Amino acid sequence: MASMLNGLLVAVLLLNLFALGTSRIRALINAAGLQGIALGLMPLLVHGHANLLSIVVALATIVLKGAIIPQVLLKALRDARIKREVEPIIGFMPSMLLGAVGTAASIALAAKLPPLQARVQPLIVPAAFSTVFTGFLLLTTRIKAITQAIGYLVLENGIFIFGLLLLDAMPFLVELGVLLDVFVGVFVISIIIHHINREFASLDTRHLSSLKE
Amino acid sequence: MAVVTVVIHILLLLLMPPILPGIINKTKAMFAGRVGPPLLQPYYDLMRLMQKGMVFSGTTTWIFRAGPLVTLAAVVVAGLMVPLGGFNAPIHFTGDLILFAYLFALARFFTTSAALDTGSAFEGMGAARDVTFACFSEPALFLAFLMLAKFSGSLSLTPMLNAPLSSHLLGPSVAAIVLVAAGLFIVLLAENSRLPIDDPNTHLELTMIHEVMVLDHSGPLLGLVLYGAAMKLFVLCALVLHVMAPYQTHLAAVDWALFIGQMLGIAVAVGVVESTMARLQLRHVPTLLVAASLLCGFGFLLMLR
Amino acid sequence: MAVVLIAIPILAAAVALAIGSNRLRPAVLPPAAAAHLGCSIYLLFGAQNAGAMPWLALDPPGCLVLLLLSVLFLICSFYSVGYLRERHELSNRIFCVCLLLFLATTTLVVCSMHLGLMWVAIEATTLSTAPLIYFNRTQRSIEATWKYLLIGSVGIALALLGSFFLAYASVRPGAVSSLLFGDLLREAPRLSKPWLHVAFILLLVGYGTKMGLAPMHTWKPDAYGEAPGVVGALLAGGVTNCAFLALVRVDHICRAAGETAYTGRLLIFMGLLSMAFAAVFMVGQRDFKRMLAYSSVEHMGILTLGVGVGGGALFGSLLHMLNNGMTKGVLFLSAGNIHRAYGARTTDEVRGAIRRLPLSGTLFLFGFLAITGSPPFGPFVSEFSILNGTLDARRFVVGAAFLLLLAIIFIGMGRAVLTVVEGRPSPAAHRTSYRDGQLTGLPVLVSLAIVLLLGVYIPTPLRRLLQDAARFLEVRS
Repeated sequence: MASMLNGLLVAVLLLNLFALGTSRIRALINAAGLQGIALGLMPLLVHGHANLLSIVVALATIVLKGAIIPQVLLKALRDARIKREVEPIIGFMPSMLLGAVGTAASIALAAKLPPLQARVQPLIVPAAFSTVFTGFLLLTTRIKAITQAIGYLVLENGIFIFGLLLLDAMPFLVELGVLLDVFVGVFVISIIIHHINREFASLDTRHLSSLKE
Repeated sequence: MAVVTVVIHILLLLLMPPILPGIINKTKAMFAGRVGPPLLQPYYDLMRLMQKGMVFSGTTTWIFRAGPLVTLAAVVVAGLMVPLGGFNAPIHFTGDLILFAYLFALARFFTTSAALDTGSAFEGMGAARDVTFACFSEPALFLAFLMLAKFSGSLSLTPMLNAPLSSHLLGPSVAAIVLVAAGLFIVLLAENSRLPIDDPNTHLELTMIHEVMVLDHSGPLLGLVLYGAAMKLFVLCALVLHVMAPYQTHLAAVDWALFIGQMLGIAVAVGVVESTMARLQLRHVPTLLVAASLLCGFGFLLMLR
Repeated sequence: MAVVLIAIPILAAAVALAIGSNRLRPAVLPPAAAAHLGCSIYLLFGAQNAGAMPWLALDPPGCLVLLLLSVLFLICSFYSVGYLRERHELSNRIFCVCLLLFLATTTLVVCSMHLGLMWVAIEATTLSTAPLIYFNRTQRSIEATWKYLLIGSVGIALALLGSFFLAYASVRPGAVSSLLFGDLLREAPRLSKPWLHVAFILLLVGYGTKMGLAPMHTWKPDAYGEAPGVVGALLAGGVTNCAFLALVRVDHICRAAGETAYTGRLLIFMGLLSMAFAAVFMVGQRDFKRMLAYSSVEHMGILTLGVGVGGGALFGSLLHMLNNGMTKGVLFLSAGNIHRAYGARTTDEVRGAIRRLPLSGTLFLFGFLAITGSPPFGPFVSEFSILNGTLDARRFVVGAAFLLLLAIIFIGMGRAVLTVVEGRPSPAAHRTSYRDGQLTGLPVLVSLAIVLLLGVYIPTPLRRLLQDAARFLEVRS
C-alpha cells in the first residue's frame, strides 16, 4: 500500500516534469488528466481500508479530473481553432530545469517540517509543494490562455495532494472542497476563454496587455 | 567456476552483438507488415564486408583508418567491465565506472575525428550534433551511476549493477530504480542513435546524425564500424538490463539463459519504440536528454532521503 | 439569525433574475439593501447572538465589516438605480443578480466562523464579482476580468493550501481537530510552530492577493479601471475588506499561539511594500480610475501595517477600515460620474470637472482630501491613531517611512485630481448629455457626510463596537 502510494506520487512528479517540457497543448491536457486520475486513487491508498463513501468520492474525482475537465478544455481548444502549440516565455528546457530545482527545494523544505502523525508518507508534502510550484510556473510562463488554465489545474492538484494528510482528521471535507473549487474554476475559466476568443479571435494573452501602467 | 564465467562472458561479448540489430530490424518490419531481413542478416553483412576491398579518400590520414579500430577496442574493453546477468565482470576495480564512461567518450572521440578527417561538410555537421547530444546524455549516465553507487554502497560497476538484483520488488527504493531505468533507457536510445533521437535508416543530409559519420568507410573498416556499433548496443543493453529487469535465480545455466532472453527482449523493446514513435525535432532532442538527466537526478534524490 | 441576513440578498437575486423588464429590475436593489441594513442593525445593537449555529456567527471584527458592507451597499444600490437608468442600452440582468449575490457572499464571509466555510465564501465573492467587471463588454474589460479571475483564483488556491497547513498544525494523535475559529483559538498555543509559520505565509499571500497587497496587486488597476464606478466602490469597500477580515482572523490565531513577533514583522513589511508600490505608480498616473486603484493598494497597506504593529495602531486600523470603505465609495462614485460626463478617463481629456459637474467635481475633490488624510475627515483620525500607535511601540523607522510615503502619495494623487477638477474644460473635449442627477449625486453626498461625521465625532455604539473588536483581537504576549 505504502509503496503504491509512493509510486503514484512519483508518477505525479514525473507528469509535472512532462507538463513543463512538452510543446503540444493536447499532451499538456492529457498530462493534467492523468494527474487527476492518479490523484483520485490516492485517498483510497491513504485510508488503507475502503468503505463505500471513499470509493464513491474516488470515482467522482477520477471522472471529474480525468475525464470531464480534460474534455471541457479540449472542446475549448477545438472551438478556438488556434495553433495547437504551447508558447512559452522562457523556453522548455529552462522551464524543466526550474521545475527540477523547485522539486529539490520542495524536498528540502519538507524536511524542515516535522511530521505530526504516526505513519505519514514522506513524499506527500514534497510532491504537494512541487506540483503547486509547477502549476505556478505554467501559469506565469505560458502565453496562451488555455495553458494558463491548465497551470491553474495543476496548482489545484498540488493542493489536493496536501489535503491527503488531513484525511484522517477531516475526511471528505477536504476532497469535496477542492473538487468544488476546481470544477467551478475551470467552468468559469472556459467561459472566459470563449469570450476572449470571441473578442480577439485568438487566445494569445499578449493581446491582453493593452492595459499597462 | 570463475574461468567458465569469464569464457562465457567473452564469447557472448564477441559473438552475440550482431543479432541485436537483426532483431530490431525484424521487429520494425513486423510492425510495418513486412517480412523483413533474416534475423542473422548482420552476420552475413559482416562476412560479406570482410571480403571486399577498401577505398580511401585522398584527404584522409591515419586517423580515418584508426577510428573504427580504436572505437572497437574501447567498446570491447568497456564490455569486459560490465557484468552480464548476475555474474562478475572479468575486469572490476573501485572506480571503474569512470573508466567505463570515458571509454565510451574515447570511442566517440575517435569516431568523430575520423569523420572530421574526411573534410566533408556532412560529416562535420553530423559530428557536431553527435557530440552535442553526448554532452546532454553524459550527466544522465553519471547521475544514474551516482544513484546506483548510493544504493549499493560501492564504486565498482560489478557490485553496483548487481545490487538491484538482490533487492525486493516492492521495496522502498523501487521508485528510484524505476526512474533510473527510464533515464538509462533514453540514454541507450541516444547513444546508439535510435529513434526518437536519430533515425538509423535515413540518408538525407540534413537529418543524419550518426549515419553521416560512417558514410565514407568501406569494406572491412565498414564491417568493423558496424560490429563496433552493435557491440556498443550490446554493452549498453546489458547495463540497462540490470535496472530494468533485476531478477536472478542462483543457478548458473538458468541465469545465462535468462540473460540471453532478456537481451533479446530489450532489443524487441527498442524495436517497438522505434516503430511507434516519430522522430523528435532536432531542437527538442536536448529537452528529452535533459529530461533523462532529471529522471536520474530524481532517482538519486529519492535515494538521498 | 445570520442565515436570514444571507437569505435576503439571495431571495432578492432570485426576484431580479425573474423580472423581465430592464427598466424595473434595478428597483429590487434598494429595498433588498434596506432590509439587509435593518437586519444588520438589529443583530449588532439589538438582539443577543444567542442561538447562533456554530458555523455562522458574528465575532467583533465581523460586526464592523458587516456594518460597513450594509451601509455601503445601501448607498450604492440607490446609485445603481440611477446609473442603470443611464446605461439603459445594456441588459442589466446579470448586473443586478451579481450585485445581490455579492452582498450575499460577502455577508457569508463575515458570518462564517469556520476556516473552510470562510474560504468558500471568499471564492464565491470572486466568482460573483467577475461578471460585474465585464459589464461594459469591451476588449479591455475582458482583459481586466481575465486578470482578476486568474490572479484571484491563484491567490485563493494558495489560501486554501494555507488553510490546510493551519488545519494540519492542529492535528494531534487522538484529538479531534476542528476548523472553527473558537476551537482554533483555544488550541492555538498547542499548534505546531513550523507548520503555523508556513501556513501564515501562504494565507498572507493568498488573502493578500484578494486584498490587493503588493506585489500581488497587479489585477487591481485593470479591474478597478475598467469596471463601472459602482462596482469599483463595492470592490474597494467590500471585497478587499472581507479579505482583510480573513487576514485579521488568521493573524489573531497566530497571535494566540504566541507568534506575534513573527507575524508582526511580515505584516509591517507587506504594508510598507504596498504603500511604496502605490506611491511609485501614482506619481505621473494619467488615468484617474487606475489612480484610485493604487490608492486602494495604499490603504490596504496601511491597514496591514496597523495590524502588524498592534496596540493603538490596531484600533486605528479598524477605524481606518470603516473610513477607507466609505471614502472609496465617494471617490469611485464621483469618478464614475465624471467618466460618464466626459467619456474619457485620462487627465489629458478630462479637465475642469468642477465647472461641468459641480456636485461630482466637488465631491471628488473632497474625497481626495479625505483619503489622503486631511482633517476634519475621518481618515485623518484613523491614520493619526495608527501613527500614534506606531510611535508608542517605539518603531520610529516604520513611522517615518509611513509619513514619507503618505506625503509622496498626497503629491502624486493631488496632481491628478487637481488637473481633473480644476481648470477650464477644453472646448474640443467630448461632451455627453450626462448631468448630475438625484440618484447619482445624493448617495455620494451622503457617503461624504458619513466620512465627515466619523472624523468629527464617532457615535458611542460604534465606538463600543470598535473597542470590543480591538480588545478581542489584541493578545498580550
